[in-house]
Amino acid sequence: MSLLSIRDLTVHHGLLRAVDGVSLELERGEVLAVIGANGAGKSTLLRALAGLNAPTSGTVHLAGRDITRSPAHQRVSAGIALVPEGRRLFRSLTVEENLLTGTYRKRSGPWTLQRVYELFPWMTERRRQNAAQLSGGEQQAVAIGRALLTNPDLLLVDELSLGLAPVIVRRIYETLPEIVAAGTTALVVEQDVSQALRVADRVHCLLEGRSVLAGRPADLTAEQVEHAYFGIGDLTQDGKD
Amino acid sequence: MSLSQLLTERAAAAVDVRRAARTSKASGGALLAVVVLLAALPYVVFSDITDTLVNFYVLVALASMWNLLAGFGGLVSVGQQAFVGIGAYSVIALADLGVQPYLAVPLAALTCVVFAVPTSWLAFRLRGDYFAVGTWVIAEVYRLLVVRVDALGGASGKGLAGLSGLDPALRGALTYWVALALTLATVGGCYLLLRGRVGLSLMAVRDEETAASAAGIDVTRAKRIVYLVSAAGTGAAGGVITISSLSVNPDAIFNVQWSAYMIFIVVIGGIGFVEGPLLGAVVFFALQQLLADYGSWYLVLLGAVGIAAARWLPGGLWGLVRDRTGLSLFPVGYYVRDPGHAR
Amino acid sequence: MQWFNAVVQGLLLGGLYALFATGLSLMFGVMRIVNLAHGDLAVVASFLALALVGGTGLPLWVVIVVTVPLFAVLGYLTQRVLLQGSLSSGPLATLLVTFGLSIVLQNVLLEIFSADTRTLDGGSFATSSFQLAGSVTVGWLPLVTFLLACAVLAGIQVFLTRTGLGRMLRASSDDRETANLVGADSRHVYGVATAIAFATVALAGLMFAVRSSFDPATGPSRLIFAFEAVVIGGLGSLWGTLLGGIVLGVTQSLGSQIDPAMTLLAGHLVFLAVLAFRPQGLLAGRTT
Repeated sequence: MSLLSIRDLTVHHGLLRAVDGVSLELERGEVLAVIGANGAGKSTLLRALAGLNAPTSGTVHLAGRDITRSPAHQRVSAGIALVPEGRRLFRSLTVEENLLTGTYRKRSGPWTLQRVYELFPWMTERRRQNAAQLSGGEQQAVAIGRALLTNPDLLLVDELSLGLAPVIVRRIYETLPEIVAAGTTALVVEQDVSQALRVADRVHCLLEGRSVLAGRPADLTAEQVEHAYFGIGDLTQDGKD
Repeated sequence: MSLSQLLTERAAAAVDVRRAARTSKASGGALLAVVVLLAALPYVVFSDITDTLVNFYVLVALASMWNLLAGFGGLVSVGQQAFVGIGAYSVIALADLGVQPYLAVPLAALTCVVFAVPTSWLAFRLRGDYFAVGTWVIAEVYRLLVVRVDALGGASGKGLAGLSGLDPALRGALTYWVALALTLATVGGCYLLLRGRVGLSLMAVRDEETAASAAGIDVTRAKRIVYLVSAAGTGAAGGVITISSLSVNPDAIFNVQWSAYMIFIVVIGGIGFVEGPLLGAVVFFALQQLLADYGSWYLVLLGAVGIAAARWLPGGLWGLVRDRTGLSLFPVGYYVRDPGHAR
Repeated sequence: MQWFNAVVQGLLLGGLYALFATGLSLMFGVMRIVNLAHGDLAVVASFLALALVGGTGLPLWVVIVVTVPLFAVLGYLTQRVLLQGSLSSGPLATLLVTFGLSIVLQNVLLEIFSADTRTLDGGSFATSSFQLAGSVTVGWLPLVTFLLACAVLAGIQVFLTRTGLGRMLRASSDDRETANLVGADSRHVYGVATAIAFATVALAGLMFAVRSSFDPATGPSRLIFAFEAVVIGGLGSLWGTLLGGIVLGVTQSLGSQIDPAMTLLAGHLVFLAVLAFRPQGLLAGRTT
């Protein structure tokens, strides 16, 4: 059974149909990257998976359980964690306190405060610092650590590279294999296509809320991805070529 | 022709933007007839009815001013009793100086504007919800300061000079007309103010403050104008309270109960509609008269109804009426119509 | 010496103000609700204690032990039943709901207990005192209330910084949506915040009742004290609230030394001065 199964999911953002009939399956231990241009509906898709935006129609199953209508906090218990766009650390809490908020639901799993400190060794020294004083890359790492401490089966990461220097982004992505090795499945949303193709087992490309291209990075040509990303040409034909 | 001009013209041609959902000259004529009828009342009915109506007019005026402040300006104040008190005491003080009390009422409105300027300077430093309690503290300060002035009667209050020579019947009628004029001025003033530039700014601010300020609207200026106008109207109402009761007591006139009345009338009637306070005052008045024998239970009921309205009926009764009928007596908003269906 | 005495008395009173203001600050910090019924809740606690002591003859400390947890439960329910629904309708709705609650509570008290002024008899303890130095006498009751207030504030501080739920309260105050993403059920978190607020209000209300007289209309002026303490101290800081309470208490005490009629006015003027010259409060910025 797939870990995550999305069928015909439609989500509205105000009057806009931000996600339009998307279906996808995600197996345990996989890394799936959802790519697409600005406004393609990637973030709305993740927010709907995390329970922040209610879908208009369609279903979401996690390990066979229907969670389409569950509120966000119950999905944390069910095993979904979202690293939100823009990091969103708790500004008045210290680094360690931010991390510890992830342990609130006390879900069992491989991730402990100690283990997160091993993943990002610099944090140990700075754990008493206020989270607002960190740099963007450091904040991103804390946001990932916080999500890991909920011990999710499925980790959703939204626009990790947004506003960060490429070298920082690469360093953070280098931790992804270790996270997946610990038993976590990852779904990342990424605007930086080359980065996404590097880390993902499979990619899904969204265009105006619809899934237009899916496959393994090795099976896709640069042209196919480019066309799907920008919506050039006849996509179905290109896909078959 | 620039692109934006082109787009604007296209859009203007495609739709028909006008005020009001369903308003007509007929309803304006009906309003005028009602006003004439009300003005003639002292000749027709006994004074106990007109005296009761004076209280009603004061409530409508107070509620309209609070509606302007909170419903259109977004300034939720619980301290408007400051201006009820200052207005009331202004009439007392001016009458002591020899000014005819009826003429002192409009002057009381001016006094309140003078006091409202420094008050707004302090109160506007408090954002959002804290504004409510901040204005309340300021009202308390005014009360405590007034009580310290011996010439104003200190803590026990003072009687109104200058009306004792008048015939009671004439005095009653004059007070009634002043109160009616106050109501017309406040309700009409709201309507005219909101139809003008200030109203447009306020509605833009209410819909989206950041965008409004980016579009070049001076948000603080618009809010300050509303605050000053509201202070003037509330102060005039305080003046009418004095000429109707012939005396003033600091604890009663600076009481937060005035704010309670204003707020509940507006919330029940419909916040953000010029018609709301009128409808709300009718409901309030009916409750007050019906439950007159049950002590303060009417306030308990009023509070409960207010909670329920705030919780489940954000548009109040008028919002309900308008949703059902599309009726609007005082249209201040704009409506976009498809010309194909209009007319 | 008289002046020094006034400062000491004001300081002790300020501790109580701080305890009383904590709930207002907490509810605003976590939910952005300004609870206009805050003062009336304290008065309700006072009357409840009065009725319990009068009706059952239980000693005062038992009444306190009963009333405070009862208020915590009431707080949780009030949030879930009355406030939660209005939160989504915006700040105006919550303000109106709490204001409505305030009017309802005042007038129900008025109907049940009449407008008479009451006091809660704290026994000989309430009037006994000891000599501190020279002419400065300190009442045991003000001292104990001050210490208890500080202890409760310290307890809340420990709860907010050392427990998972307390951290979640602070996290929700920073960013509710992200707190949901790490598993916080906002409704429960808000319920807990309101429960703490109500419990502290009840405790403060009982202390006020033993120290000074009260009637059904006392609530609004109490609310104003709490509000002033919070604004003077600076938002979002427990220690700021303590400082604000003490500044308010000392100012009122010194004001009454000049002229008893100046007591309230002196407090209000300090509040307005802070508003004019340091609107962020004396200890602003730092949370908890």
